[in-house]
Amino acid sequence: MKIGAPKEIFQGENRVAMTPDSALQLQKLGHQCFVEKGAGLAAGLSDAAYEAAGVTVVKSAADLFKSVDVVAKVRPPELAEAKRLTKDHTLISFFYPAQNKDLLEACNKQGATVIAMDMVPRISRAQKMDALSSMANIAGYRAVIEAGNNFGRFFTGQVTAAGKVPPAKVLVIGAGVAGLAAIGTATSLGAVVHAFDVRPEVAEQIESMGANFVFLEFEATQDGAATGGYAAPSSPEFREKQLAKFRELAPEMDIVISTALIPGRDAPKLWLADMVAMMKPGSVVIDLAAERGGNCDLTVPDQKVVSPNGVTIIGYTDFPSRMAAQSSTLYSTNIRHMMTDLTPKKDGVIHHNMDDDVIRGATVIHAGAITFPPPPPKIAAIAAAKPKEKAKELTAEEKRALETAAFRAQTRSQVMLLALGTVLMMLVGAYAPAAFMAHLIVFALSCFVGFQVIWKVSHSLHTPLMAITNAISGIIVLGALLQMGSNNWLVVILAAISVLIASINIVGGFLVTRRMLAMFQKS
Amino acid sequence: MSIGIVQAAYISAAILFILALGGLSGQESAKRAVWYGIVGMAVAVGATVFGPGMGHLWLVIIGFAVAAVVGWQVAMRVQMTEMPQLVAALHSFVGLAAVLIGYNADLELARVQGLDEAAKAALTGFGAVLAHKEAVEIAILRVEVFLGVFIGAVTFTGSIIAFGKLAGKVDGKAKKLPGGHLLNAAAAIGSVVLGVMYFNDAGIWTLILMTVLAFFIGYHLIMGIGGADMPVVVSMLNSYSGWAAAAIGFTLGNDLLIVTGALVGSSGAILSYIMCKAMNRSFISVILGGFGATTGPAMEIAGEQIAIDAEGVAAALNDADSIIIIPGYGMAVAQAQQSVSELTKRLRAKGKTVRFAIHPVAGRLPGHMNVLLAEAKVPYDIVLEMDEINEDFPTTDVAIVIGSNDIVNPAAQEDPNSPIAGMPVLECWKAKQVFVSKRGQGTGYSGIENPLFYKENTRMFYGDAKKSLDALLPMIA
Repeated sequence: MKIGAPKEIFQGENRVAMTPDSALQLQKLGHQCFVEKGAGLAAGLSDAAYEAAGVTVVKSAADLFKSVDVVAKVRPPELAEAKRLTKDHTLISFFYPAQNKDLLEACNKQGATVIAMDMVPRISRAQKMDALSSMANIAGYRAVIEAGNNFGRFFTGQVTAAGKVPPAKVLVIGAGVAGLAAIGTATSLGAVVHAFDVRPEVAEQIESMGANFVFLEFEATQDGAATGGYAAPSSPEFREKQLAKFRELAPEMDIVISTALIPGRDAPKLWLADMVAMMKPGSVVIDLAAERGGNCDLTVPDQKVVSPNGVTIIGYTDFPSRMAAQSSTLYSTNIRHMMTDLTPKKDGVIHHNMDDDVIRGATVIHAGAITFPPPPPKIAAIAAAKPKEKAKELTAEEKRALETAAFRAQTRSQVMLLALGTVLMMLVGAYAPAAFMAHLIVFALSCFVGFQVIWKVSHSLHTPLMAITNAISGIIVLGALLQMGSNNWLVVILAAISVLIASINIVGGFLVTRRMLAMFQKS
Repeated sequence: MSIGIVQAAYISAAILFILALGGLSGQESAKRAVWYGIVGMAVAVGATVFGPGMGHLWLVIIGFAVAAVVGWQVAMRVQMTEMPQLVAALHSFVGLAAVLIGYNADLELARVQGLDEAAKAALTGFGAVLAHKEAVEIAILRVEVFLGVFIGAVTFTGSIIAFGKLAGKVDGKAKKLPGGHLLNAAAAIGSVVLGVMYFNDAGIWTLILMTVLAFFIGYHLIMGIGGADMPVVVSMLNSYSGWAAAAIGFTLGNDLLIVTGALVGSSGAILSYIMCKAMNRSFISVILGGFGATTGPAMEIAGEQIAIDAEGVAAALNDADSIIIIPGYGMAVAQAQQSVSELTKRLRAKGKTVRFAIHPVAGRLPGHMNVLLAEAKVPYDIVLEMDEINEDFPTTDVAIVIGSNDIVNPAAQEDPNSPIAGMPVLECWKAKQVFVSKRGQGTGYSGIENPLFYKENTRMFYGDAKKSLDALLPMIA
């Protein structure tokens, strides 16, 4: 098959869907590669570089569309481009079919097959063609760089001879791919980063990137796994709590990077005008959701505006395009992986397998029919989050209440035991003679002392403890000794045997204990 | 020596014993504590021998001399790995002594009661004590004799069986005669009946018959308890020997015996409690033997046991920064503690953090592993308890399990149907890599599968622990 990448005609778009590197890989699959003259210039890729990689450079877009079977693009086609498609064409590009219904119809009318890179399902196998993620990664990185460009201070804190510089404080809202990339970039520049997300299960990811998770105490938090790893709209109560938390943070933050998006909806407004007003002059807000209306009230898409109190709000929608060389490399690789899946035999023949979850999901028009939206994938994207077993944080009062309750229960049981013991002792005392009671006192006190002493014995010394208690239980020899004075020969003999074995116990027990203890040494 | 001086000596002996036990709270003070114990014993015995009521001194001296030689021989020859059986064997002596002394008390009582007033007045020592007893006191005395003999007899046979099991002379598996605990109960009831008869002056034959029944209870009770529960059994017998001594103390009216017996008894009871808690089982269920019935099918274990050779283990150890070693009874059986110590030394010389994690019931005796490691000169400050180290596993590179099984079984946490569910275990599987040194693929003492061996980060290092470690040593350099 012949694959070609036209020059992007969207204003300011610098990316290109094929690079010389990806072309080399595509040729290995048995495909021929074409590119429109000057398509890669904005991304720093000359026509000569393409030709060196064996790519045919075609003069115009019209020629390119005529000579290829597969058109690889970055942006969704303009209507003019769509008109050029025929039923023999397969178009691979970002498409956003949910928002571009007219375009979808138009392409369908032309009879072309369309694969939307933004519709690649989020399953492990498809990660290599997940262009949204690779673009988001770049956007997150670029957002921090852009913020740094507009922020008049260091990111990292320094103590220099010329004075102390506090570290910049960065808040990242929404910890998707872009958010996490922003966190990573900002922390590696030395900023103190806080991050927030409505999905509590990403807390671990946030912390793994080196940011503090802004914890929001709320009962019924949503399970992001149920929505394929994306956020879902939150309840009004939750939103109120969230905004209250942001208001609390706003005065402290130097840089806010908001990346909150909900699939198929306008971006939620999370950074309101009053929060911007609370921020210090010179602070920066980067709104990565600008294309969909923005997370910030003051965002103007594609523009940099400065609020009355001197806060810069950046609403650029073309962050990936601003790093065209990097994003073209990644995007063309995603396309190349898509082609690999489409040509399973590596013979240059496309086999459009609609039973494949990934291909089915990404295909929006096929064989003259619109196939969007796709059925849910057979494999769940992410394992459902396990219910959190984390014990609820107790407040100081609750803790104190629990402690008092435990203390009371303990007192009660102790008093009960003491009372019971006293009654029992009295019962015994009522019948037993005085001499016995004297011994009983000794016995009871010894048990008590024993319990007190033994609890303090170190765990590692339990074996020596057994040996030494064994040795001193040989004290029973005293009983035998006292009986030795008898005139009855049987008593004497039995007593003598007892003396013998009890003494073995004493000698053996003590010696073994000493041997053991001598071995314990410090390093 | 007058009776007053003897009593005074007893007071100091009792205090010395308490100090001896209290001193075991730390390794260093423990060394002094033993001397307190020895001095206390010497004071008590000396005061008694030279006190009133002694006779047949030559027999006593012969007894001491023989005992000293035998005791010395035993204590010096015993291997540290044989410590559990030695302790068990010594317990049986105390039990037997208690039985004999109880008999003597009864014989003396009969003799003294047969004497006329004049002869009674001439008596000294124990006889004099007996002669002055009133009817109520005689009755109480009988109860005390009965209790002393009963506990002593149970301790005697129980300890012998425990010794046999620990020494491998008796099969370690739990075994019961047909009838099970009903037999024990019947014997116990029989003993009580005989006791009542003895109380009512039926004669010494009731005492002897009761002893036989008690012997049977001791034998059957311990036979029914599996090898893994031995730490509890040994400390329980330790406790019994103390109570027997205390009961004899009551019989003879000797406070020092009562004090010491009570100390030993409570010590053993606390140890048993600690052991039971470490296994998440009630004392009753241990005594009744065997594991409780499971409430459902055991969790399916997926995966397979993957073996590894010494080279693989050595490579991982050379790369690791932090290592935790978990020894168990298998290390004692293989006598591998010296090799473990050598391995530790070499790893530490390379600047790696090496620590030991000791489960409370590792081995067959409370604190068994500590003693073995101490014998092999592993410094005690790197030997840690379960609670101290369990949280550190996730940050550990390599965990080495040497001859332990049930105490590292994740089923205790993951499988509510497991017989050991809820038992606190060492969470070694949280370490990045786990090596298990084990003789074969068999199960542990409790006879249950260990999912740890099937985990992805677990590698089985088959073979005798000592030989495996010796093969490993030259590669750690």
